[in-house]
Amino acid sequence: MTVVIRRCVGTAAFVAFAIAIAFIPGQARAVDAATVVQFTLANGLDVVVIPDHRAAVVTHMLWYRVGGADDPPGKSGVAHALEHMMFKGTRRFGPGVFSASVARHGGSENAFTTPDVTAYHQTVASDRLEMVMEMEADRMRDLVLESAAFESERLVILEERRGRSESTPGGILREQVAAAQYLNHPYRLPVIGWAHEIRAITIDDLRKFYETYYWPNNALLVVAGDHTADSVRALAEKYYGALPRGPEIVRSRTQEPPQVAPRRLEYHDTRVGQPSVQRSYLAPSSTAGEKEHSLPLLLLSDILGGGGTSRLYRELVSEKKIATSAGASYSGASLDLTQFYVYVSPAQGTDLDTAEAAMDRVIAVIRENDVTDDELTRAKKNLLASTIYARDSVTGSARLYGRVLTQGRTITDIQEFSSRVSAVTADDVKRAAQHVFDLRRSVTGRLLKGES
Amino acid sequence: MIKRILGRSGWSGVFVALVVAAWGWAVPAEAATKIIDLRTPAGHRVWFVREPALPIVSIELGFRGGTELDPPGKEGLARMVAALMDEGAGEYDSLGFQRRLEDYSVSLGFSVDRDAFRVSLRTLTENRDEAFRLLGTALSSPRFEADAAERVRGQFIADASRRNQDPDAIAAKAWFAKAFPEHPYGRSSRGEPETIKSITRIDLKTFAASRLTKSGVFVGAVGDIDPSELSFLIDRALADLPAGPAESGPVNEVIAHTPGSLTIIRHKAPQSSVILGLPGPKRNDDDFYPAFVLNYVLGGGGMTSRLYQEVREKRGLAYSVYTYLSPFRYSGLILGGFASVNDRVAESLAVVKSELVRIASEGLNERELADAKTYLTGSFPMRLDSNAKIAGTLLTMQMDGLGIDYLEKRNDYINAVTLADVRRAAVKYMKIEDLTVVVVGDPQGVGP
Repeated sequence: MTVVIRRCVGTAAFVAFAIAIAFIPGQARAVDAATVVQFTLANGLDVVVIPDHRAAVVTHMLWYRVGGADDPPGKSGVAHALEHMMFKGTRRFGPGVFSASVARHGGSENAFTTPDVTAYHQTVASDRLEMVMEMEADRMRDLVLESAAFESERLVILEERRGRSESTPGGILREQVAAAQYLNHPYRLPVIGWAHEIRAITIDDLRKFYETYYWPNNALLVVAGDHTADSVRALAEKYYGALPRGPEIVRSRTQEPPQVAPRRLEYHDTRVGQPSVQRSYLAPSSTAGEKEHSLPLLLLSDILGGGGTSRLYRELVSEKKIATSAGASYSGASLDLTQFYVYVSPAQGTDLDTAEAAMDRVIAVIRENDVTDDELTRAKKNLLASTIYARDSVTGSARLYGRVLTQGRTITDIQEFSSRVSAVTADDVKRAAQHVFDLRRSVTGRLLKGES
Repeated sequence: MIKRILGRSGWSGVFVALVVAAWGWAVPAEAATKIIDLRTPAGHRVWFVREPALPIVSIELGFRGGTELDPPGKEGLARMVAALMDEGAGEYDSLGFQRRLEDYSVSLGFSVDRDAFRVSLRTLTENRDEAFRLLGTALSSPRFEADAAERVRGQFIADASRRNQDPDAIAAKAWFAKAFPEHPYGRSSRGEPETIKSITRIDLKTFAASRLTKSGVFVGAVGDIDPSELSFLIDRALADLPAGPAESGPVNEVIAHTPGSLTIIRHKAPQSSVILGLPGPKRNDDDFYPAFVLNYVLGGGGMTSRLYQEVREKRGLAYSVYTYLSPFRYSGLILGGFASVNDRVAESLAVVKSELVRIASEGLNERELADAKTYLTGSFPMRLDSNAKIAGTLLTMQMDGLGIDYLEKRNDYINAVTLADVRRAAVKYMKIEDLTVVVVGDPQGVGP
């Protein structure tokens, strides 16, 4: 899934192992899942507090349950454009005041839009929580949306799109593959929007979107760091609690019909330095489709293409030497059906057909045979160790809880993560592989040097 | 030394003490903690912070000499060595070594920049013995087998080919070639397809034997481990390194050659990528901190910087616009960049230039200086938000000669900067006539 980050160039690292930061019994000394507290204010705002007293720092993160896939038809990019406009000031705090206040106190802030959510976050010294909470609550209902400011921001967004999607052949192909993967679901649209639709967004589109979705009962507040549930509750009641509950929000997205025809795309560009082939398969997520396959798919992606010891790398790069890189990726963290990717870049002297055929043979073998005990054990270890290392930052915890809870899952899912990982069998992985590796639900994208 | 509040552990103490200093809060009852300046039995110096909150040990090793020492015609050598250090060592072939690391959940990384070769090790405390043994094996007996070397060579060539089509990479490479025409900093640090092809196994082995030496190593460590055990594990890991001199070189000091030129490289893209730069302070120059504050206000301060406001917020000319100090060991630089649509890039460049002229002639105002100080001092402890980052900082402090009291003093250095200091730095560094610019794209209305 595409994630658009407002001010950082790059992609969101947390997507890859979004499910991370589980708690391994006996070792959870820094953050203890038992101390995580969840409650809901009278106006419907969900609140999660993750106490972590290692440092006098706190991450304040407000998640709205709306993202790029909720853009109005013909107006792709509205959710993301509104995220940009959220930094333009309210009646109380003028343009730039919020950002300047955070900076003046040594804090950092950012925001991002994914297909499913829009989130705003600040990391500040723990005694500055009240300041950022007051300002974040204020802009939930009192944003000033003006045409002049939007006209200038529209140009910024178009520059962002050029840099992110249009300036490199790989960026162009990625968009084309996603658009072909989904026949009907809005995940086919780039979160940042198509250029012609970004140009067509009006200030009224933004106002309407803001008015529809930016309410306490459509949001989740996550506070991680040096605070207690009581101190956060008192502040949340004071600032967010003063806001009225909004109308009930129904998110309805068009869903995929059965996919019955494999799709193949070729993109030629004179700027291609290194040809490659990627394949995207429509895949269940942890909350959509045959979701029992989600966790096995996470392990499958590691065994198949997660690094130097993975099957694709070992066979295509290390042993047959027909590729310079090969791998797989999957994240189960999306509301609707997601994508499982495999890719390969051929070595010099190997053509793309040969590389693709070799990739398909590796997939066929893993589809028909059990993965070995060694492979499964190693993949589980990788996943669980990454969760311990990830706990080294408060922002990481806040992102995990926000991501999981806005996906409709629960704190229990996080607490049970390690035991669920341990319980996955080789048979589970094989069944997941047989389910996902169905060419009829796939898009193959080939990047080639040449005139487009 | 750094103060610690009772009941909190490790780096929280660093944070609290600095924030207190910056904001003048009351200081609670404290027990002292400090960076431990360890000297191992074998004589290695280690700066260590004990942090028991997570069952992790992180260590960072550094050796002087980076890509600048690649022999001419063999650019890419240092990076290729870094890529091959965990691709087979001692009794393990490549796959065997990788599996061993995974089996013990050890993260081991080798990296190189222009001036230094770095090694990062992170392990769960329970696996420390095996983790440090694998570190020692990788450091002292890398195999550089043909199989792994050819694979990595193919990847490097593919990467170089890709980067030669990437606008930002093209611009950066051209800028350095322009600024350092007769100095190693001007050569490609990643290598070109033909230089990567010319690297031999002897080159790789010679590099490891002559550059990764026992007397040249710096060590920073953070984690849940007893200092005497840490010393033992470090000594054992470094025992088989060659003696050798502490430094390889020499490399000459150099001031960037910035003739105030504009270079346009035509490239098919909707946007033009721009890299620009000037000579700047080195890390230990007197004017480093004034320049650091100046840079924050000009283009280093995210959405509050002057360039962000003028280029992005007011005119919508770019998504990202930035400047930063780049203090290399033998030369200091102030670099910046942005990307704008081809028919507006000339306007962006004009705005950036006028901001340079303005800051050179006016310096900063009181409010900007005060805001820069509160940001730079307040954010410093928050940046050190993981064991791995603290270990890296402990290493940098040693390699850059910042002193063991740096964490404690650093905010004082920032707070001591005056408007006059910044003004002096602005006059010294913001010389518009020297500004050297590279534009990659299909810009309209830029230059001749």
